[in-house]
Amino acid sequence: MSDRSPIEAATGPLAKLARPATFVALVLLGISFVVPFVWQVLISLSDRSEVDRLTETGFPSRISLDAYVRVFDQVPFAKYFFNSFFVAGWVTLLQVITCSMAAYAFSRIQWPGRDKVFLLYLGTLMVPGVVLMVPNFVVILGLGMFDDYTGLIIPAAFSAYGTFLLRQFMLTIPSSLDEAAAIDGAGHWRIFTQVILPLARPGLIVLAIFAFLFNYNSFFWPLILTQSENLRVLPVGLLQFNTTYGSDVPAIMAAALMAMIPPIILFLLLQKYLVKGIQLGAVKG
Amino acid sequence: MAQVTLRDVKKVYDGKVVAVRDVNLTIGDGEFLVLVGPSGCGKSTTLRMIAGLEAITEGTISIGDRVVNDVHPKDRDIAMVFQNYALYPHMSVEKNMAFGLQLRRLPREEIKRRVTETAGLLGIGELLNRRPKQLSGGQRQRVALGRAIVRDASVFLFDEPLSNLDAKLRVTTRTEIKKLHKRLRTTTVYVTHDQEEAMTLGDRIVVMSAGRGVGVIEQVDTPLNVYRYPKNRFVGAFLGRTPMNFFDGRLVEAEGEVWFVAGPEDAPSIRLAMLPKHTEALRGRVGAEVTLGLRPSSLSEHPMGKETAAHSTIRSQVQVVEPLGKNIDVSCELPDGSPMLARIDARHDFPTSGEVKFYVDMEHVHLFEPGEFGASLLHPEGAPQNETATLASGA
Repeated sequence: MSDRSPIEAATGPLAKLARPATFVALVLLGISFVVPFVWQVLISLSDRSEVDRLTETGFPSRISLDAYVRVFDQVPFAKYFFNSFFVAGWVTLLQVITCSMAAYAFSRIQWPGRDKVFLLYLGTLMVPGVVLMVPNFVVILGLGMFDDYTGLIIPAAFSAYGTFLLRQFMLTIPSSLDEAAAIDGAGHWRIFTQVILPLARPGLIVLAIFAFLFNYNSFFWPLILTQSENLRVLPVGLLQFNTTYGSDVPAIMAAALMAMIPPIILFLLLQKYLVKGIQLGAVKG
Repeated sequence: MAQVTLRDVKKVYDGKVVAVRDVNLTIGDGEFLVLVGPSGCGKSTTLRMIAGLEAITEGTISIGDRVVNDVHPKDRDIAMVFQNYALYPHMSVEKNMAFGLQLRRLPREEIKRRVTETAGLLGIGELLNRRPKQLSGGQRQRVALGRAIVRDASVFLFDEPLSNLDAKLRVTTRTEIKKLHKRLRTTTVYVTHDQEEAMTLGDRIVVMSAGRGVGVIEQVDTPLNVYRYPKNRFVGAFLGRTPMNFFDGRLVEAEGEVWFVAGPEDAPSIRLAMLPKHTEALRGRVGAEVTLGLRPSSLSEHPMGKETAAHSTIRSQVQVVEPLGKNIDVSCELPDGSPMLARIDARHDFPTSGEVKFYVDMEHVHLFEPGEFGASLLHPEGAPQNETATLASGA
């Protein structure tokens, strides 16, 4: 007699195979995700001269941290780090502020034409970013923000996607709360700051994570908008190893690895919010 | 405290859907007024217009002697209890109650004093540090009440505050609301779809309907007056725990009296002589189609007064007998097949089948013109002038 539950016992022979098959598939998938990272670590730890042979040997003959030292020696890597954090941090803060205010206006205040304006606003999401690259560049140039932190931060301080995300979230907060607050004596500003914002906190965190990651990783806009070395952000900085010093592959891998650390920590800490955010966009969008 | 007045108030949504019209009401200082009606009759809309949560399309609303049509809710000096309580989930009970007072910049000690006092009054003193999520439905209801009371506003507005509670809690909370009102004497407007809640709570009740496609007021009076003297068939059908029986028939004149007759000419299923005091009023209607309204409690297996078997009885076949304790509900069928419900005293045994003769309390029968909103023929203006204000205000 088997000690399995009736539900398990009732399944056919094919179903018996399904579980191990799923397991194997998942392991293979997992490996395919991990291997590039392992490879990256191995390259970053090997000698520059040995890189080409690594595909044959599979493991560096001598583990060395030289590449990591080179990263800091040859470029102002700490400055890149600071720039990335500085720009992504400001963008995140500003996006949370502007998007939450816009979302409040689009979800809690009745004004003529509101939903049409919102559709228009959403419509900007349909325009590919590359199309706007040149016009944006010209505008920033005209405003005198070229090669300046403001040029990196201000254009990214507003986000139709973020507004959409928070609006969807705020729509789930019952309107009787605003009404109760209005009768209690609150105007829009108080309702926004003391009732809606605290309740929208999970939504705000999701937006903050998305905004930070997106801007931390952003490459093209900072590339065309900055010239000075001390304004370079990490993704642009990584490029230096390709141009100025030939292709120093171990250094590139070492730098990239270090650049990945903050997003990974962020992910581990705020995983549950990220998943929630993806559901927000998917189910209710 | 204040009197609330609504004059010719009308609400139109999106320029086309008329939610309510012709709302004329004066809610006296300290009065407990209940708006009652089926869903869609505009009772909540009316309440929300008083609160300032909905704009008024036409007419005026005044609180005290001030027209408040364009006054923001926060400046109307009102407090409101919502159906879903609308407690701020991120604040403790204490902060929920203090929020309105803080916004009005009261001194900290005064806020503390008022919150403690109100919490004591409602028996929620030990819950002050909890969040709404940690409270039961009944406790949330009390906190919502407390948040309204603590403000010491001049008008209380209740929007179906008991409908999320279970039946037992609903009855006890109902009593408490009534006690609170007796103590505080604050002008109160209360919305419910439950006629029993309306009857038990209101000094006066306002029966509303949406039957003609628009929310309108059907009748305004004390609960007992509305119950005894419904102006039309809708009001008669809406009030009362057991539904009123309706029979379509006609008026005929014979033996110097006006009779209500239903069923075929040669073998009528109902034949009742109307009281002599109504003869004059009904004579002009002889030959017309009318509807008889009969509350189940107006039927009895014994004569209740001056009724005589020849003039005021209905014969019927018993179908189902439901003992309820004090009363017995008897579902029966008239010879022409129409159903009838009688609620009789349970002191005597009652046959569970066979033919039964019911005596009709002719003092309390109703005659309506045909149709769902047919006007009452006996009391077209509701209660007679000398009978108003029974049991009212308790003052």
